Amino acid sequence: MKKLLMLIAVFGLAACGEPDQVVVYKQGKYQGKPDTRPWDNEPLALGGSAKWTKGDRASWETQIKARQMTQHEDKRIYQ
Amino acid sequence: MARMKFLVDAERCIECNGCVTACKQENEVPWGVNRRRVVTINDGVVGAEKSISVACMHCSDAPCMAVCPVDCFYRTDDGVVLHDKDLCIGCGYCFYACPFGAPQFPQAGAFGLRGKMDKCTFCAGGPETDKSEAEFKKYGRNRLAEGKLPACAEMCSTKALLGGDGDVIADIYRERVLRRGKGSEVWGWGTAYGPGKPGAQPPAQQPQPTGARS
Repeated sequence: MKKLLMLIAVFGLAACGEPDQVVVYKQGKYQGKPDTRPWDNEPLALGGSAKWTKGDRASWETQIKARQMTQHEDKRIYQ
Repeated sequence: MARMKFLVDAERCIECNGCVTACKQENEVPWGVNRRRVVTINDGVVGAEKSISVACMHCSDAPCMAVCPVDCFYRTDDGVVLHDKDLCIGCGYCFYACPFGAPQFPQAGAFGLRGKMDKCTFCAGGPETDKSEAEFKKYGRNRLAEGKLPACAEMCSTKALLGGDGDVIADIYRERVLRRGKGSEVWGWGTAYGPGKPGAQPPAQQPQPTGARS
């Protein structure tokens, strides 16, 4: 009987451990719809100064860079 | 590779709110939602007043993206942080996480019910067909798909607000600062918040405890 009680006590205490409880951050993954990329569009057909080749990222970036430089007033003045 | 960013020159911003108006008009942003706003410190103090225009800063490691329980955020190839409104549940976690207060929530009904989150899209629309009616209604105009830059930056009268590839606009700003004839003190903490008390020292680095459990 004494042995049985001791056995029960040992098993009962087995749950009282001190394991590390650390929150592990898990990076989520986008669950929404896919988006099209800006360079996959046709440049504006009417009245637009934008020029790039559809699907060509480099040409779109060249267009955007030219547009960015219009924010540089020194460049605008000296042109 | 372009990485789209905004840069605000506190020396130039005159608090005209032209950027706010341009954003509202271009994207037909509903009443009560401000994707962009101008923040002024030392308002009314002569010589000490500084303003900056604030919206989503399209963080490289965006906190809104990290906390979203439904993972509705994504980052485009050119570094713009966007979200899918069809997935958004309007919980507001992104608002608490964002250091700039960029996420906005329309009042969707009675008793303070929140609608789906709305924020600056860098005028890049969202996950709908580019330049479609659905995209415009949900996210606003897609100017990047038209080969243009955000309306706020392009409309800024003093060019205090620059928008575009981080490398390019940083170069524009650097050249501007050199032309002004002032040094590196022109930007950064000191300009925005003042030099601090005379003789003030930066806080000492606390030694990191070794072997500490986190």
